[in-house]
Amino acid sequence: MDWGTIINNTLAGLLTPTTIAFALAALGLAMHFGFAGLLNFGIAGFMAIGAYGYAISVLTFGFPWWAGMIVGIIGSILFAILLGVPTLRLRGDYLAIVTIAAAEIVRLLFLTTAFTDVTGSADGLFGYNNSGGFTSANPFPPGSYGWGPWTYNSETLWVLTFGLGVLAVCVWFLWALMRSPWGRVIKGIREDEEAIRALGKNVFAYKLQALIIGGIFGGMGGIIYAAFANVSPGVYVTSITFFIWTSLLLGGAATIWGPVIGAVIFWTLQAFLSNILPELALAGILPVTGTQAATLRFVLVGIGLMLLVIYRPQGIFGDKRELTFVK
Amino acid sequence: MSNSDSPKKSTGLHIGESGPGCKKTDPMLVIDHVKKSFGGLTAVDVEHLEIPKNAITALIGPNGAGKTTLFNLLTGFDTPDTGEWEFLGTSLSGVPSYKVAQMGQVRTFQLTKALSLLTVLDNMKLGAKNQVGESIFRALFPRSWRKQDAEIEIKAIELLKRFKLDTKQADFAASLSGGQRKLLEMARALMTDPVLVMLDEPMAGVNPALTQSLLGHVLDLKKEGMTVLFVEHDMHMVRHIADWVVVMAEGKVVAEGPPETVMNEQAVIDAYLGAHQDTDLGVVTGRISIIDQEKDK
Ligand SMILES: Nc1ncnc2c1ncn2[C@@H]1O[C@H](COP(=O)(O)OP(=O)(O)OP(=O)(O)O)[C@@H](O)[C@H]1O
Ligand SMILES: [Mg+2]
Repeated sequence: MDWGTIINNTLAGLLTPTTIAFALAALGLAMHFGFAGLLNFGIAGFMAIGAYGYAISVLTFGFPWWAGMIVGIIGSILFAILLGVPTLRLRGDYLAIVTIAAAEIVRLLFLTTAFTDVTGSADGLFGYNNSGGFTSANPFPPGSYGWGPWTYNSETLWVLTFGLGVLAVCVWFLWALMRSPWGRVIKGIREDEEAIRALGKNVFAYKLQALIIGGIFGGMGGIIYAAFANVSPGVYVTSITFFIWTSLLLGGAATIWGPVIGAVIFWTLQAFLSNILPELALAGILPVTGTQAATLRFVLVGIGLMLLVIYRPQGIFGDKRELTFVK
Repeated sequence: MSNSDSPKKSTGLHIGESGPGCKKTDPMLVIDHVKKSFGGLTAVDVEHLEIPKNAITALIGPNGAGKTTLFNLLTGFDTPDTGEWEFLGTSLSGVPSYKVAQMGQVRTFQLTKALSLLTVLDNMKLGAKNQVGESIFRALFPRSWRKQDAEIEIKAIELLKRFKLDTKQADFAASLSGGQRKLLEMARALMTDPVLVMLDEPMAGVNPALTQSLLGHVLDLKKEGMTVLFVEHDMHMVRHIADWVVVMAEGKVVAEGPPETVMNEQAVIDAYLGAHQDTDLGVVTGRISIIDQEKDK
């Protein structure tokens, strides 16, 4: 077994545009679920809308990259409102059902051939980073940067820098909100919204605000992902939503840093498993073929998620006293 | 009962004959034709009822009489089939519950609603009205809310001291006992600076010694100019502090009047009070001394 490559690839997973994108989406879920108690199972939909909003406005409408990204964010806000207005008055579990359905509708709308001119259908969209000017906005001259597993070309470095900047702003934003009296109301709603209503707070408005803020983070995650890879409808599937949930619960749902660290751990672990499992199969230690071994990691992720929720529901960073998944 | 510790009752609350639906000299709540059915069951059917201002009114009646349902209707937590009601002259029909609370009509719940994973202090601070930092935009600028938040905290701690919960302020509300949660909910309601306080069984599960001091708090509310409407099954408490008693049975108001008269009416005794009601109850909260008394007999 080539331990050198395995370790190298695993360490590289610590910092990639994908990790950052997923950290952002997990941060959005932390706002929704961890702090406001909103069961959103449609975070992939928010990411898709952010990504497509950016790509379509550049490719179809000729927007510059930054304007395209703003369109992506506005799209996520509208999606949050569209989802929230009819459902936030209902009980929490209904929101879960509606969000999972809405995210699928979004994905299928982008996949259908009816709008191929705009969405690219199953092929997705590409080339927008160049034509929108995101690539040429790169301040780093061409070359190789970094060290060891963390060696990047200037393009990747630019996406990483940009993504980290966005992530830092979002983390600060969430932290600033949650330490304020606004955050107190949000956490109160998570505990018992009737009690909060009895104290004279407009619970519906607060829940909608929380849905929008988390949705913006999710949309930003989609945008960062799109700034690195192509936009493809095959990415924004329901399993992505569950990966993000896993990251969130791993780190701790009601924490600021939990979702970020959770996403890093999740993707590092994914990198590790996707490298070691085929190697183990090849070496005959695992009685499966190479392709089967690669899928095995998702099985392990599923088992891991179950164990996590049962034995450490508050996550790695969560206060032991706070947020027990099963109340 | 020594006269020194019996509170001063408000009198002259009603106009004319006292009886179900009688007029009040200065009503705070006026309820008309409020009706609510659940399927075939009529839970509340109140023709006319006025709640006097700056007095303590007790709402009593057997289990399932519709007291909690009436509370829910009056505070916007449930909508009636028909009827309207006014709070200080403003119609409240169709007004959402949070707006009702903002107008100064605050309630507590029979099944206590403590915000479990918030600290006791945060529970309290949530009660304060008109908080600048509760607006999402101002929340980002601590300079705009820090001072107000500090003032709220001082007020919260004072109230917690009154309710003997100040040592618990840093603990999660989940760690409180059932009775302590009742106290916390009542204290939190008072943080809203209410005009009308509606308490649904505030004393259930609170130990006798604390009941005594709670009674004191309720009486203080009246002194501070608030109006109290409470549901309670503890007749000693009702007798001791209520200025006015409204009796409900099967959704209807069957009797109302000052406690001394109402609680002697045959209809009320039949509907609700039963045998023990004319025992000399001694000290209000003297659940223990009653037992002693009975033993002595
Ligand atoms: N949501 C509901 N659905 C169906 N029936 C209800 C509902 N809420 C209350 N009821 C019924 O309405 C009647 C009045 O209930 P309510 O809770 O108002 O009684 P209560 O006077 O508060 O009694 P208690 O003293 O036991 O608290 C009861 O018969 C109850 O079964
Ligand atoms: Mg009741």
